[in-house]
Amino acid sequence: MEKIKKPFDPLSFLLLALVTVSAFITVLTLLFLVTYILVKGVPYLTPDLFAWEYNSENVSLMPALINTLIMTALSLLIAGPLGIFAAIYLVEYARRGNKLVAIVRVTAETLSGIPSIVYGLFGFLLFAVTLGWSYTLLGGALTLAIMILPLIMRTTEEALKAVPDSYRAGSFGLGAGRLRTVFWIVLPSAVPGILAGIILAVGRIVGETAALMYTAGTVAGVPANLFGSGRTLAVHMYVLTNEGLYTNQSYATAVVLLIIVVGINALSSLIARKIAGKGN
Amino acid sequence: MKNFKEKAMHLVFIFSACASILSVAMICFFLFANGIPAIGKIGIFDFLLGKQWKPGNNLYGILPMILGSIYVTAGAILVGVPTGVMTAIYLSRFCPRGLYKVMKPAIDLLAGIPSVVYGFFGMAVIVPVMAHLSGGSGKSMATASVLLGIMILPTIIGVSESAMNAVPHNYYEGALALGASHERSIFFVTLPAARSGIMAGVILGIGRAIGETMAVIMVAGNQARMPKGIFAGVRTMTANIVLEMGYATDLHREALIATAVVLFVFILMINLSFSILSRKAEQ
Repeated sequence: MEKIKKPFDPLSFLLLALVTVSAFITVLTLLFLVTYILVKGVPYLTPDLFAWEYNSENVSLMPALINTLIMTALSLLIAGPLGIFAAIYLVEYARRGNKLVAIVRVTAETLSGIPSIVYGLFGFLLFAVTLGWSYTLLGGALTLAIMILPLIMRTTEEALKAVPDSYRAGSFGLGAGRLRTVFWIVLPSAVPGILAGIILAVGRIVGETAALMYTAGTVAGVPANLFGSGRTLAVHMYVLTNEGLYTNQSYATAVVLLIIVVGINALSSLIARKIAGKGN
Repeated sequence: MKNFKEKAMHLVFIFSACASILSVAMICFFLFANGIPAIGKIGIFDFLLGKQWKPGNNLYGILPMILGSIYVTAGAILVGVPTGVMTAIYLSRFCPRGLYKVMKPAIDLLAGIPSVVYGFFGMAVIVPVMAHLSGGSGKSMATASVLLGIMILPTIIGVSESAMNAVPHNYYEGALALGASHERSIFFVTLPAARSGIMAGVILGIGRAIGETMAVIMVAGNQARMPKGIFAGVRTMTANIVLEMGYATDLHREALIATAVVLFVFILMINLSFSILSRKAEQ
């Protein structure tokens, strides 16, 4: 029989130690990773690194940064409307037990599990080989658009589901049609949730390498148009590291990548917290 | 007119919803149409069970890469799962509120770090440590396992934490009322109740580890031969594709696409078990 006043229990103590130590290992790993890269990289954030033109002396990351911006905008332009419209269909239009919905859900789930190299290979086969574009920014953006589609769909779906049904009922009651209700009532109240999802997608685009190497290519400049090849910042960093000649600049590039990703993460959670605050 | 607009937009929405179906269909078509014939030409057994990958000699056996992927993933699970699950338990039931507000965003940040940055960190930090410990170059199966173990932490922590939080609180209270300590109640009552959810998280982690490309290339050594122990270099299926796709032609290229087909089938199986498990966890 257990006593009411508990004696020292070694097992409980061991378990407590186990979870605490694990948690601190996780946090320390993160801290170490971030500080290590910052300490090694920040001193090399020279103006040279941000020169407009890339050459083998300054190994500037500016063209790659510009390519990253173009790539992000382009992918979002394609995947954003598609993902949001698809989520509108799933939440606002489809009836219960609809077969199409089940298939869409399964395929979206499948898409979100596919590794980025498989996307890259698919993009290479479709855009570079079959369509004969060779390596292009547009091909890369289309590949990434498919990759982020399930993410945007899922977050938008959740945001739409969180809009109370009374909003819709009120709108219908005032005589608005389905379309008007969706665009004027439901979507505006779901905007923060959708935005948080899009920002997460931006994070994935910025960090992507494997899907871009054989779709957008690794040319170190800003192409004249969307049918030229250009590398984004993450690809740029991989190539630099691979060449092995510019270790210090690699650290500096890693710092820039980290700062962008941290900024994006912070923005996304800020918006998410704003939603949570509004709910109360 | 209004009716027409409603109908037209309805169609637009349906069409958009079909985009994901179309994407999966196209990915399957392009991979299988380009990869399956190569498997036929090489011979399915020579391809899947062949121990030699020598495109110059027309030898396309990907068993070394399949094993490489499996071993590295298993190593990542060994490193990442215990740490991840324990951290999730800490976050869910032990963490003070103030600390939680710092730790949770920090772990989310871990999920957002690009894989090249991880790979670079692995090259700069873990590889020299491993070289010091084991001799040799330090680019090895063990190095890749440790790095991937770190990379899958946020996935495992996130899913396990929500699985722990989903367990009804009265399970824990019941155990406490029977005289079990806080720790024992959590480990012997709450944790078992959350196990399907945690397993789902582990499977998601396996999917991430087996599909990871850039970080692995930078630390695994990439020798295309049968794995020779944990401190020797290995090549994974993903690394095989990226390393050789740039210059491969004809059957060599098709064999690389066939490698992606095998990887894709692995991922489909992992996805399937994930959805079965998460459905079980919901019940």
